[in-house]
This record gives sequence, C-alpha cells and structure tokens, in this order.
Amino acid sequence: MTKTPTSIDDTADLLKRNGYVAGRDLATVVFLALKMERPLFLEGEAGVGKTEVAKVLAEGLGRKLIRLQCYEGLDINSAVYEWNYAAQMIEIRLAEASGELDRQRMGQDIFAERFLIKRALLQALEGERGSAPVLLIDELDRTDEAFEAYLLELLSDYQVTIPELGTIKAAEPPIVIITSNRTREVHDALKRRCLYHWVGYPDAKRELEIVKARRPNASAALAREVVGFVQALRAGDLFKAPGVAETLDWITALHELDSVGLDPQTVNDTLGVLLKYQDDIVRMEGSEAKRILDQIKEEIRIAAVTAQ
Amino acid sequence: MSAAPLPSGKLADNIMHFARVLREAGLPVGPASVLDALDAAQSGSLQTREDFYWTLHAILVKRRDHREVFDQAFHVFWKKPKMLEQLMKLMFTQITRSASDKAKQAGFRRLAEAMFDKVETQSRRQEKPDVLELDAAFTASADDILRAKDFEQMTLTEQADARAAIALMRLTPREIRTRRFEPNSAGTAIDMRRTLKQSLRTGGGLITLARRERQRREPPLVILCDISGSCSNYSRMFLHFLHAVANDRTRVTMFLFGTRLTNVTRELKRRDIDEAVSKVSAVVKDWSGGTRIGLTLKEFNQKWARRVLAQGAEVLLMSDGLEREDTVQLAHEMQRLRRSAKHIVWLNPLLRFDGFQARASGIRAIMPYVDEFRPVHSLNCLTDLAQTLGSRASAAHDPRKWRQ
Repeated sequence: MTKTPTSIDDTADLLKRNGYVAGRDLATVVFLALKMERPLFLEGEAGVGKTEVAKVLAEGLGRKLIRLQCYEGLDINSAVYEWNYAAQMIEIRLAEASGELDRQRMGQDIFAERFLIKRALLQALEGERGSAPVLLIDELDRTDEAFEAYLLELLSDYQVTIPELGTIKAAEPPIVIITSNRTREVHDALKRRCLYHWVGYPDAKRELEIVKARRPNASAALAREVVGFVQALRAGDLFKAPGVAETLDWITALHELDSVGLDPQTVNDTLGVLLKYQDDIVRMEGSEAKRILDQIKEEIRIAAVTAQ
Repeated sequence: MSAAPLPSGKLADNIMHFARVLREAGLPVGPASVLDALDAAQSGSLQTREDFYWTLHAILVKRRDHREVFDQAFHVFWKKPKMLEQLMKLMFTQITRSASDKAKQAGFRRLAEAMFDKVETQSRRQEKPDVLELDAAFTASADDILRAKDFEQMTLTEQADARAAIALMRLTPREIRTRRFEPNSAGTAIDMRRTLKQSLRTGGGLITLARRERQRREPPLVILCDISGSCSNYSRMFLHFLHAVANDRTRVTMFLFGTRLTNVTRELKRRDIDEAVSKVSAVVKDWSGGTRIGLTLKEFNQKWARRVLAQGAEVLLMSDGLEREDTVQLAHEMQRLRRSAKHIVWLNPLLRFDGFQARASGIRAIMPYVDEFRPVHSLNCLTDLAQTLGSRASAAHDPRKWRQ
C-alpha cells in the first residue's frame, strides 16, 4: 500500500504513474481533498475523465474502489443497506416453531447485523485505519434531491444511522469522489461540504501527453494530428464537443484501421467515433473536415520548421 | 412584564402606530407582536437608538424580505431628518410620473402608499367610482370585463388590479410518476421493511402486508419569455406571472430573451415583487429591443438545455414568433428543443386577434414542434393557463388546428 501523497507534485506524480495526466489545478484539489479528508466534487462535460480520477486514485493508493452509480429513484435500499427479509422471515418461523415468542428478544434478533445487506455507501464506511476505500459516487445529478439530502449526513460526519441498529461511524473516512455532468444543479448544501473542481477540456499539450500515456502504440505523428483536429473541433460551434475519451477512442479506431495519418476520407468514415449527434456529423462531413485538416497540417508543418 | 408601570410619554402609542404603518405596508404584524414589542422596549436594556431598532426588528420582522420595508419605515417613523421630505417628494414624482429613481427604491413606494393611504384611495375613488373588488358578487360584471380585457388596453389602475390578481395565481402542476416509493395503504407494491416491522408487534405471529406506491411529483419547468418590442407589454405583465410561479414552485428556471438570453431565475426568486422586478431590469439589457428568436434558442440549447431540461422538464415559450432573421435556423433549434423537452407550450399574445392565422414564416417554423398553443393577452388566459396546465392538453389548444 502506498502512503497518501505529501505534496502537490507528489499527487501529480502519483496520478501520472497510473496513467492520468492531471493539470496543476486538478492535482492541487486532489491533494487538498486527501489532506483535508474532504469529499471531492468533480463537475464537467461527459468524457473529460472525472470518473477516471477515482479509479486511478484507488489503484495508485492501493485502496479498494467502491462505486455507486446514481440513477433516478436510487434509494437507501439500494445505496446504503437493506434487511435480508427472507432470512428474517425464516428466523421468525424458527422462533415460532421452537415456541420462543419473546417480543423483545425477537426484535433484537431479527434486526441484528447478520441480517443486514450492506450496499456501497455502508461498505465504504468499513475501512480499517490507513486503508479506507475510495468511494466513487458517479453522476450524482442523475438522482433526485431526496437522495442528495441523505448524503449530507454521510459526507459531513462519515456516519450512517440505521434506526434499528444505531449509528455506524467510519474508523477512517473514505476518500470520496463525487462526479456530476451538470444535467441539473446540485444543491449548495452538498457542494459546501465538498471541494469543488470543474474539469475542463485539456489544452493541446496536455491532451498529447494523455494520448501518449494511454495509447503508447499510436504513432507520434498521428497523435499530433488527431489532437490538433479534436482541439479545432472544440473551438468550433458544435452541440457536443468531443471529450478526451472520444479522442482516445478515435486514436484506437485509426490505429486499428492502420492509418498513419489523417485524410479527409478516413475522417469522414470514422466521424461517428468522435461526434455523437447527427447535426454535428452533418456539419463536419465533407469540406469542413478537409478545411480543418488542411489547417492543422499547416500548423504542424510550421511548428516543425520553427523547431529546427 | 406587563405588570411594569407604563412608561411616561407616548412610547406605547407610538409603537402601536408604528405597527399599524407596518401592517399597512404588508407586514403581518398582529396585536400580540405589538404587546411583545412594548414589553421588549420596557425591558430597560435599551441604551441607544440602534438598540431600539434591533429590538423592534427582532420582534416585528419575521421574514428576510420584510427587512427593507421595516428599515425604511423605522427611519421615517422614528424621525430621521429629511426622510419624510424625501417621501413627499417621491409621492410627487409619482404623480408627475417621472420614473427615474422609482426602480431603485423597491420597498419605498409601498411604504409611501401605506403612510399616505387615505390620499391614495380617495384619488382612486374619484377616478373610478365603482371600486373593483374581485370577489364581491355585485361587481361581478366589472370583474369579468377586467378579466377579459387585453393587457395592452388597460389603464394604469386596471393594470395594478390585474397585477394583484396575477400575484395570487398558482400553477396546477402536471404531476409525473417518479421511481421513488411512499407508504400507501392502497398501494400496489408490498413494503417488506414495514411489513416485518409491523409483524414484530405481534411477535411474528401475524403478518399483515404493508403497501407502498410510486410517489408523484411535478416535473421541472422552464420558461422562456420574449421581451422584444413587439410583445413587451405582455411580457411585462407575464413577468408578474413568472414571479408568482417562481415563488410557488421548486425547480423552475426562467429566461428572458430579446436579442440575447438572460437567466433571471435568481432575480425572480426574491419574495418581494418590487425588488424582483428591479433586480430583473438591472440584469436585462435588451428590453423592448429587437428579437432574434433562432439565435437565442440556439444559445439556450447549447448552454442550458442539458442543465435544466433533465427529468422530464416542461417548457413554456412566451413569444409572438415574429422572427426577423433566418427562420430555417429557428425551425432547426425548435426541433432540437423538441427532442430535449417533454412538453412544449407556446403562449402567443398575437392570439388576441380574432382572425389570427399562422402565416408568418417564424410562426410556421415554430408551430410543428409545440404541443399546445395558447393565448396570453388577458387575465382570463393566464388563469386558464394556471388551472389547466396540469391536465391533459385540450382540443382548444391543439396546435394542429392552426397548421395549414
């Protein structure tokens, strides 16, 4: 097991060793979240690597990753705990059969910890000192306000109250990462308890580093062209700009197709990997893709000349 | 407490009168608070004017939005020099209708009305002998006339009455089923946890089934309101409607658009209508200007749609649909909006004309993508909107009627 990082550089290094090229801003906020033992709230467009932060942290620190995917209607039964009703019923029948119908005792027996089915949030509170798990609460905006309100107790005191059992408190608070795509605003009361960070699209230099780290097989020339193309798309007027995940997918696709460089035909054929809205694809098809392509090739050529 | 001898002078009288002024200005101050205020004032710990201010404040102000009115009333009533003068001046400027500094003194106008109440009502009586009382039976005909009257043709007094009526309006929500459950004795699903807990009362001997049912709740509501010159008279009135809605429901987002899009949700969430309106006019720069519906819708689709149209949102679009620019883009953006919103209601002030026909190219571009097409030019229209928005779309508002 690795110790938690002691400085911002340490954190950036830790992330990088596990294949995540973080900007200084993200490294700082991750370091602070670890240091201050506060939840980290990451917001940003889809595909910029919010979820990846949690995975990489768990891997880098050698901790268990507990993931809670949020969805509408997520409730305590599927997020925190549930009683094992079938087992409880059998217990009642057994007690009946043996003739011990003592109400007081029955209540204690039936709602004992062995009948408790622990779900993600409760599991996250069970870490031993020094090995608290990483808890990833993914896409919190997909659930409703009622669940957010429930999280308040968990996130501020790292404890869960089960009416029949009492309060369960974590020996060491888990490392909590919350992500949101901002399909609705998460309430201020929840944000207040977290460190907030907006994960934006990376700039060309960092995106190139990310491509190198995640897809080491791709040729450098192809990577440079792909990153240039994607960056140009983001600057344009698209309904949904491609994220880093799309860039990596595209590189893989082009690699599989054995292309060594971009040409208008390949771009048109593989545009579906990059853009996921029909309007955007229609806009990019044909001359527009060629125009961007010519432009970035020119830029790369100039950069190469000035570098010499 | 009340056993203490009454203080010399007129403190008790003055506090009582002060409370009456506050009541006139709209604060809920009852006799009990007056007594409390008197007790507090006699507690003997008051040293300065400031102490006195905060003592009365603690007792008479119960909500954040009452602070403004209280503050001004206090300074006027407890003699801050020149304040009364300013107030008189304000009354005069109202008469001469120079609206220059009216906006920045939101609570002020109401306070002035409260203090000079008698003058005000008298002048109103002279102007209009049959005073309008919205719920009195014998004035039903006058009420009906007001309710059916076009906002644009109303006199100032009528507009004020209309605004008062709008402030009381509440939207009937169109409720949707959520995925969350609540206990319900007639529910269709079995609630195992409650069932087991209940069975423990009988020591497990008797197991009665507890039931649960899906919860219902209102979906988010997004309102887009056109404030361009061609429909600004209606949007001003509609703004009051927005304010009533904003303070009644959760999960409402409101935008105003003319040549650009402004999110005014936070501004309209102010409880005090005067404060809300002045905040809105401070952030909106394109009142009564031109209109670019297509472009602003595009901005909405790109910047906001994904953030506010989740979870089955409904859209109310208030606009006359008279687009001066590219209607191809407008149709395109409406199509986009159609795909992300569950239900789109179009409120069009042009429906006030009897012979309205969907001829203008902008209107024809929007029409195919809306679920309901409604008028918005009178109190009747707004009441109807508030009452029937929750029920299924009726044939009267079917946009297909207007398509050729």
